[in-house]
Parts: sequence; C-alpha cells; structure tokens
Amino acid sequence: MSTVAPVRSEAHDTHHAPMSFWQKYIFSTDHKIIGIQFLFVSLFFLLVGGLLAMQIRWQLGFPGKPMPGGGILPESMISGGVILPEYYIQLVTMHGTFMVFFAIMPLLVGVYANFLIPLKLGAHDMAFPRINMWSFWLALLAGLIMVAGFFVPDGAPRAGWTMYAPLSARPDLSGATYSQQLWSISIVVLGLSSVMGSVNYITTIINHRAPGMSFFRMPLSVWSLFITAILAVLALPVLQGAAIMLLFDQTIGTHFFDPVAGGQALLWQHLFWFFGHPEVYILILPAMGMVSDIVANGSRKPIFGYYSMVFAMIGIAFLGWIVWGHHMFMSGMNPTLGSTFMVSTLLIAVPSAVKVFNWLGTMWRGNLHLHVPMLNAIGFVSMFTIGGLSGIFMAATPVDIPIHDTQFIVAHIHYVLFGGSLFALFAAIPFWYPKMFGRLMDERIGKIHFWLTFITYNLTFFPMHIIGMGGQMRRIYDPTIYDFLKPQQPMNEFISYSAFALFAVQFLFMFNFLWSLKKGKVAPQNPWNDNGLEWSLPNPAPHGNWAPKTPNVYRGPYEFSAPEAGDADFLPQTKKLPTDRDPVPASISGGGH
Amino acid sequence: MQTSATTDTMRPPYPAESGAGVYSNKLGMWVFLASDVMFFTALIGSYVILRFGMTEPWAKPGAVLNVPLTGINTFLLICSSVSMVKAYAAIADGKKYFLRKVAGQTLQDGGLKFWLLITIICGAGFVGVQVFEYIKLVGHGFTPTGYREGSVLAEHALADPVKYGAGVAGMYGSTFFTMTGFHGFHVTCGVVSMLYLYFTKVLPEKYSPQDYRGIEVIGLYWHFVDLVWIILFTIVYLI
Repeated sequence: MSTVAPVRSEAHDTHHAPMSFWQKYIFSTDHKIIGIQFLFVSLFFLLVGGLLAMQIRWQLGFPGKPMPGGGILPESMISGGVILPEYYIQLVTMHGTFMVFFAIMPLLVGVYANFLIPLKLGAHDMAFPRINMWSFWLALLAGLIMVAGFFVPDGAPRAGWTMYAPLSARPDLSGATYSQQLWSISIVVLGLSSVMGSVNYITTIINHRAPGMSFFRMPLSVWSLFITAILAVLALPVLQGAAIMLLFDQTIGTHFFDPVAGGQALLWQHLFWFFGHPEVYILILPAMGMVSDIVANGSRKPIFGYYSMVFAMIGIAFLGWIVWGHHMFMSGMNPTLGSTFMVSTLLIAVPSAVKVFNWLGTMWRGNLHLHVPMLNAIGFVSMFTIGGLSGIFMAATPVDIPIHDTQFIVAHIHYVLFGGSLFALFAAIPFWYPKMFGRLMDERIGKIHFWLTFITYNLTFFPMHIIGMGGQMRRIYDPTIYDFLKPQQPMNEFISYSAFALFAVQFLFMFNFLWSLKKGKVAPQNPWNDNGLEWSLPNPAPHGNWAPKTPNVYRGPYEFSAPEAGDADFLPQTKKLPTDRDPVPASISGGGH
Repeated sequence: MQTSATTDTMRPPYPAESGAGVYSNKLGMWVFLASDVMFFTALIGSYVILRFGMTEPWAKPGAVLNVPLTGINTFLLICSSVSMVKAYAAIADGKKYFLRKVAGQTLQDGGLKFWLLITIICGAGFVGVQVFEYIKLVGHGFTPTGYREGSVLAEHALADPVKYGAGVAGMYGSTFFTMTGFHGFHVTCGVVSMLYLYFTKVLPEKYSPQDYRGIEVIGLYWHFVDLVWIILFTIVYLI
C-alpha cells in the first residue's frame, strides 16, 4: 500500500545536493534553520529589552541618582549620570516594543511554529519554504529599523509601546520625528513578515500532515500554533493599516488621528487594541500549547481533556476578538459599551480555567519527572494562573477605574508575559534543544536557573501589584515627586534590587544555552521519552526531515503509560502495533489536478 | 498491506489526510486574501468612522472627483476580471496559443497568451488612468492634507463650502488617497506578478491542462482586487 502523503511540493526534491555555508545557514529555506535563526535573533532582542528594563528599574528605584555605567550614554539621554525624562519615556516605549514584537512574539511563533510544525506533522518542510525565508529576513529588517530609532536625531520613539495618538502622530507633541516614523515603518514590515509566516503555518498544518495525522491527533502545541497563526493572519493587517495611517499622519500631513483637523485620537486606540487583544493571545496560546506537551511528558500521563483543551483554545481565540475595549475603559468610551466588553472579558476566564484545570488534572497522580522543561512548565501554570486572576479582577470596570494605568497593570502584563510566555519558553528551549543542536542543555544549571528565576521574578513583579494599588502610575518618571507615593519608595527600591538579581540570573541561562552548543552532553535520539513525530528523527534533524519517505501516524501524541506500550511508558505516534492498520492515501483537486 | 491474524480488521483503515482538498498554493492564497480583507477593513472601517464622525458635511459626490472617468476605469477593471476568467478557461481547455482561426467563425479563438495579455493591458490601463486622475486632482489642489491654498479647489470651496465639503477637506484627502492608493498598489502588484508569469511560464508554454496552478492563484488575487475596487468605488466616489 502506498504511504505517499497527499501534497508534496516539488521544491523538496532538490534537498540532497551539498550546499554552501550561505545556502545552508544564511539564505536557508529549511524550516529548522529558519527557526534557529529566529531563536538567536529574538534572544538577542530579549537581552536588549532586558537591558532597557534595568535602566527603567534604576530610575524608579533610585530617582535622581547617577546610574552606574550611565557615562557611556550620550548627553541627550543622560545628564550627569542621571536618566533624563525624555530618555526614560524612550526606555519605556522601546522595552515594550522590543519585548512584545521582537522577543516574545518571534520566540513563540517565529521559532517554534517554524521548527515544530513540520517536525510534529511529519512534513518535509513548510508549504512555502522561500516565503518562510523571506518572513525571517523581513522580521530581522523590521528589528533593525526599530533599533535604528535609537541612533537618529531626537532618539527613540516616545509615545509608549501602544503609540497612542495624537502624541505619536505629532512630532511637536512627542519631540521625536524620525524615530516615530521608523516605528511605524518597522511595524508595517513586521506585519508583512508575520502574515507571510502565518500563511505558511496555516497551509502547512491543513495540507501537509502525514498520513494518519488527523486534526485531532495533532499535538496541542501544533493546535495552538494553528490557532495563533489564524489570529495573526487576521490581526496583524489591522495593525499594519493603522501604522500606515499613523505614518501618513507623521510624514505627508494627513489627519487620521489628529483631533485638531477632524481626526479621531480614539480611532487609533480602537484599531491598536482590535489588533492588540488578539495579539495578547498570539503571545500566550503557543506557550499554552507547548506547556501542554511538556506537562503530559513530565507527568507520564495522557493530557487530561485533549478535546476540551482544543476547544478552550478556539474559544479563547474567538472571544479574543470581542474584548479589545477593556483596554479603553478609561478612554472616554461609552460606559454601556464598557459593560459589554467587561462581560466578554470575564467570559474568557472560562476557557482559560478549563486549560489550567486540565494541566492540573494531567499532573494529578502522574509519575512526575521534574526535569527542567517540566519545572518551567509548572512555573508557567502557576504564574499564568496569578496573571489570569488579576486579569479577571481588572476586567471589572469599577475595579479598573482606580488601577488603570498603574503599576498593577505592569504587574499583570508581566505575570502573563514573563511568568506565562517566558517560563513556557524556558521550558520549550531545553525541551527541543537536542532536536535543534543534537546536545542537551545542562540539567543542574537549568534547575538552578529555574529556581532563582522563579524566586527573583516573584520578588520583582508581585510587589508591583501593591504599589499599583497604592496609586503609582505606570510610566511615571520619578515617583518621589508625589507625597502620597513617597512611602512606597522602599518598595520601589526592593523591586529594583530584585529586578537586577532577576536579570543577573538570566546570564546563567545564556551561559547554559551557549556553552551547551559545543560542550553539552550529546543527546540520545529521544531524550525525554516523548511520543512526538520529531523524536523518530536523529538529533539534530536532517535537512528535509523524513524525505523522501513520509512517516505513518497510528495514534495521538499523548499515549504515555499506555498498557499496549509494554515495558516502555510511552508509545510513539509512528510506532506500528500489530493491531494497527496503515492509513489510506487521499487525493486533492483543482488547478488541473 | 500486511494483514496478520492480530490486525484489528473491525477497525476501518485510518484515512490519510486530504487537507483542504486543494493544493497548497491555492490554499495559501485564500489565507492571504483573508488577511488582505482585514487590511482593507482597517482602512475602510476607519474611513466610515471618520466620515460619519464629522460634524460638517462631506463633499458632494462628483464635486471634487471625476466620477465618469473613474466609472470608465471601473469598467476596465471589471473587463480585466472577465478576461482573467477567459484565460483560466482557455488553459483548462488546453489552449496555450495566442489566437487561432476556427472554421466557420469570423472571430478568432483566443488562448491563454491572448487573454492573459488582455488582462495585463486592462490592469495596467487601470493603474495608468489612476495615475492620470491623481495628477489631475493634485493639479486642482486636492492633496492628502486637504485643498491646497490658492488652488482652484480651494476657491471653489470658499464659494460653496457645502458642495465641496470645505470643513472636511483634510479628512477627505487623507482617506481618499490612502484607500485608493493602497488599492492601486495592489493592482500594480497584480500586474507585475502577471507580467512575470507571462514571460516565465505562459510564453514558454509551461502551463498545461494538467497543471495551471499559477493562473488559478493569480486569478483569485485578481478577482479579489477587483471586488475591493467595486466597494471602494461605491463608498468613495458614489456616496
């Protein structure tokens, strides 16, 4: 019986020719190399974003005191070692921009959608390998354009990462001309890259699954990336459209967002958050998916409630489109509309809670293997729960009124983005590291890194809830100028010390990551005893994956401790038991086929 | 297939995945078009909100814009959609040629090379007319920032503020040029892609009734761009 998959692009037929360094590592169309390119670039941006955060923390903890090492920065940013207000707002803006658009989003989607989708589906590569390559290079270009903002006259953008108009639209208000335009251009380029990537992911997942890999046999990581790609394909163009209008306001003198000439400042907020809220789920759904895979693996049990996990993600994605107004309760929006957005926002707690309870149900009475990915995955579940709960809390309009635009919001976003997405990445990076580089990351350093990060992270962000409740504003330059904030200053100092420790701990991770590239323990083929298709390949996976063959899939991805497995406590998706029958091939139509 | 005694024959064999039932290029184009819909939704939605948020009356249809000229241009674009369908039908029937005589008919029968060329010409013609329209409009004083001071339009607007929407000129210019400009950009991309296909695939006769995916995919895009224009023409020029 034929086991040829239904759709195979002709592009894969050339893969065995020897390739030059440039073809192999720079202008590569191999989804694994593109994923690794994304990994290095976005880890770099993560570091840059972290450095900016440290400067913010210095200013908040020790306002008016000279910053150590501040002398290397030019006079336009720092005066006598003290961070200037106009530099501080640049720091806040660029920290948010880098972390959201160039660190977390490419780390989750750029790296793991590229790397995992074909490997976990049994495909030879993405549906459109060349478009995939362009997606990476455009993302890098967008990042460089954004970085360039620091080096133009007047420095980096100053309107906050949300770029609220008219501040962002009018240079006379923001004080920065070129970098504001560069921000808009960069976002348009990044949107293009994201759309190109997502078209690829969606097409690959729909059309390039191996025989037997039905939708409901896909691992939850692939499901989450699929749903994320659908969100990205529909949300990013809205931001692109808004950024283009903003760019025209900044350059050719249109008046979309300038109320003086009849434009609407609130329109920017609506467009931004219409993109922005699906974006929130773009930043968390892949983390949820990968954590689901890792939690099942670390518990040696099938994931609890596979179907409910999938439908919860679909529910979150759908509800994500109708909640954007909860970012704008205080913007002068009609209060009745606010109530509607409040209800839809509270509803999201339901599918989110389904997921949390399913993770707990998976771990419940499991044979827990607390390896580094599993530890970080548990960290994700617990921290995401706290971030989610404060999210429900804030979604109530009466509560939002006092805590809007305070450090409480900062605490919330960091509990879901750092505690959520980044912990999931600290789980995912060591988990799939052997598949990328053929070596394991050091287990002991990994565990130390997890515990130190977990502690310092909580010491950093939990007190922000308290000072936020105390009224400290979100982007305030110097909290000590207000008498009512002065008593909180010791807490601010404490947060800063914790943040410096948190940042320092990340060098452990950096060291572990780089050191293990060359010196790590050589990984066995299936180091985590996982069921996924990717572990049926050698480490690192060869170019073309299984080509020219295609693996057959006989079951879902979570058959841990299944009775049929015999002595092993796992049952790979590709393993054919005597009772299994081979899938039958299917055909396609259209275009002359 | 091996069938041993232990095979569970009561269970039907698992079907291999047929995916969407269409080839990936076409599926990818559909997904991209969904994304493009959202892009134009952002622009058109903003236009609607901005226009109806205005306290002063919008310019009357035809006061500033040359509706008959754009009407003809719209017809040109619709014609190009028809010729695109003809090109698609031609290659599906295996007609790779330009023109061929058919016994008993006065008109020659067009093949893929003919109909795709017609589509390219109509598309390029549309862009050309739009560029001409832009030059005329800017000459009259209609710019993205409003009516240029001292221009013909600015004088008209002073004389008849209601008809020319004097109070909304800035927003009128902003929305008009952004929406039609990005549509024009999409048409240009389509024409460039079709030219590329024409020289690399159509003239060397690479397409056959067995595989003409490029034509089908570019055709999808082309019809989409046409559809967007019909919406834009209605809401920007006619109402």
